[in-house]
Amino acid sequence: MSSADQLIIFDNVSKFYGEILGVNRVNLQIAPGITSLVGPNGAGKSTLMNLMTGLLRPTRGAITILGIPTDQPERLFRKVGYCTQFDSFPRGMTGREFLNAFLLVHGYDRKRANELSQVALERVNLVEAADRKVAGYSKGMRQRIRLAQSIAHEPSVLILDEPLNGLDPMVRAETMALFRKLASEGLHLIISSHILHEVDMMSDRVVLINNGYIVAEGNIHGVRDEMEEHPMQILIRCDQPAKLASYVFAQNHVVEARLHDDRGGLFVKTRDADRFYLLLNRAIAEGELNVESVAPVDDDMSAVYQYLIGTTGGSA
Amino acid sequence: MSSAVEVVSTKPEQQSSQWALWLRQVSAIFRLEIQKNFLGRRAILIYLIALLPLFPLLVLAVVRPPGNEWKDFNTYGMIYAILYNGLILRTVVFFGSAWIFMNLFRGELVDRSLHYYFLSAVRREVLVVGKYVSGLVTSIVLFTSTTVISMLLLYLPHFYSQSSRYFTEGRGLSQILTYAGITMLACVGYGAFFLFVGLFIRNPIIPAVLLYGWEWLNFLLPPLLKKISVIHYLNSLVPVPISEGPFAVVADPTPAWIAIPSMLLVTVVVLVLAAYRIRHMEIRYGSD
Repeated sequence: MSSADQLIIFDNVSKFYGEILGVNRVNLQIAPGITSLVGPNGAGKSTLMNLMTGLLRPTRGAITILGIPTDQPERLFRKVGYCTQFDSFPRGMTGREFLNAFLLVHGYDRKRANELSQVALERVNLVEAADRKVAGYSKGMRQRIRLAQSIAHEPSVLILDEPLNGLDPMVRAETMALFRKLASEGLHLIISSHILHEVDMMSDRVVLINNGYIVAEGNIHGVRDEMEEHPMQILIRCDQPAKLASYVFAQNHVVEARLHDDRGGLFVKTRDADRFYLLLNRAIAEGELNVESVAPVDDDMSAVYQYLIGTTGGSA
Repeated sequence: MSSAVEVVSTKPEQQSSQWALWLRQVSAIFRLEIQKNFLGRRAILIYLIALLPLFPLLVLAVVRPPGNEWKDFNTYGMIYAILYNGLILRTVVFFGSAWIFMNLFRGELVDRSLHYYFLSAVRREVLVVGKYVSGLVTSIVLFTSTTVISMLLLYLPHFYSQSSRYFTEGRGLSQILTYAGITMLACVGYGAFFLFVGLFIRNPIIPAVLLYGWEWLNFLLPPLLKKISVIHYLNSLVPVPISEGPFAVVADPTPAWIAIPSMLLVTVVVLVLAAYRIRHMEIRYGSD
């Protein structure tokens, strides 16, 4: 199996809606695990997902999912499941009938379709409501039945457009655990979200998109490390913050050191976090100060988002 | 949320032939669609259209109009031919097919549910076939019933014994079967056209009205242009030809052995074009 058969590949992909830009010159290679697409509304997240699933066709470039071109749905959707944001369903169906109907369209026989539906319903915790009409479902239940529909045929690639929207906190946590479990089973999960702390919690890597352009991609900490114009902020809680401040000021990679308001800690801004940590270790080893905690302040999704996109993103 | 469920990895029968898979998929699509066609909220209008000729015939069954032609059994063949041509074929079958077939795709775009098909592991050509067959069965069931019941309703109330013999021993049976066959053929032809139109045009009423006008004006067209219509071929098959009026341009009817294969061939070509279109179709509900 070639590496292309294990990756989702965007090769110089652009999509225009007439003269309006959807996404432009996207080059991506997505490996198994959880990849989050992050960006403000209208950034191009859903366009990327719709391109990945053949609901949209690229104006330029090509996309392959595990080696399969996106214009071959009969092959593609043996491997891919897509939970869209479209909150609409075929009329008059119960949750179970809805799952069964489209498994039959996939080509499964009735018995196997029933089995797969049951497994999917259990995975999204919707067994009790399975025989009720979807029209009577709450928003969270509709979200879950869509999720069940996207995983029912056991895809290797799961594409989820804002899958946590409308879920209550408990189900949200359960769903994130399900995503982690699926990722640990070797699936590709591509998730769009604007809830940054959830992205932080569950993603192996992120793709930041803004105005149709990929702004950054990779591991969150890796992306943060590469942002040299924004020195890393670290908070050190210790017994002698003033002494530590004088110590670190001598280093040319430290651009700012500021005492915490309670005088029990020091904020440091450094262009080289690794060298700073070495320095701090040395100071601790030499017994010059007692350190209670060390925590990067802006080494998370929110900070990366704020620096690259310029807003604070969303919250739960 | 359960994570302890044992998942047995199974894919649709790898060994089964592509044709068997496609047949299963067509059958699954057909079942979904036929349910919508007969029981969905859009079905109400279809039932009203299908029942349209029965209302005047029910009145006629109770009250026979004055005039000698209504007392002569032999004129009923011509009365039915006029009713069939004007009301059943050109109105009921035409608009009924338009509504059924245009909604196969257009209706799902309006309901924002077409993506579920597009996100299934099914060739889009198979989707076209499944939907077309469901529309065809729906229209044939409804409109051949209208055709047959209308004929019986015209004849039986006033000439019961004569009509019974006519339909069991005389030409009545072959006539009723011919009319039913023409209705089926009309569903085949109009159905393909309207399915195709529904894929391209946001408001399919406009092309439907244009085609309706073209079909009605067919009697005025020169012989060559007459052949670019569905109604010309259907009229060539009717057992009781009717006069198209003093201004009609007379053209020889196309023989059945040409008319029927021609219509079927054109239908296949239109469905192939529809399949090509659906293969390249994007889903952007906002702009649909």
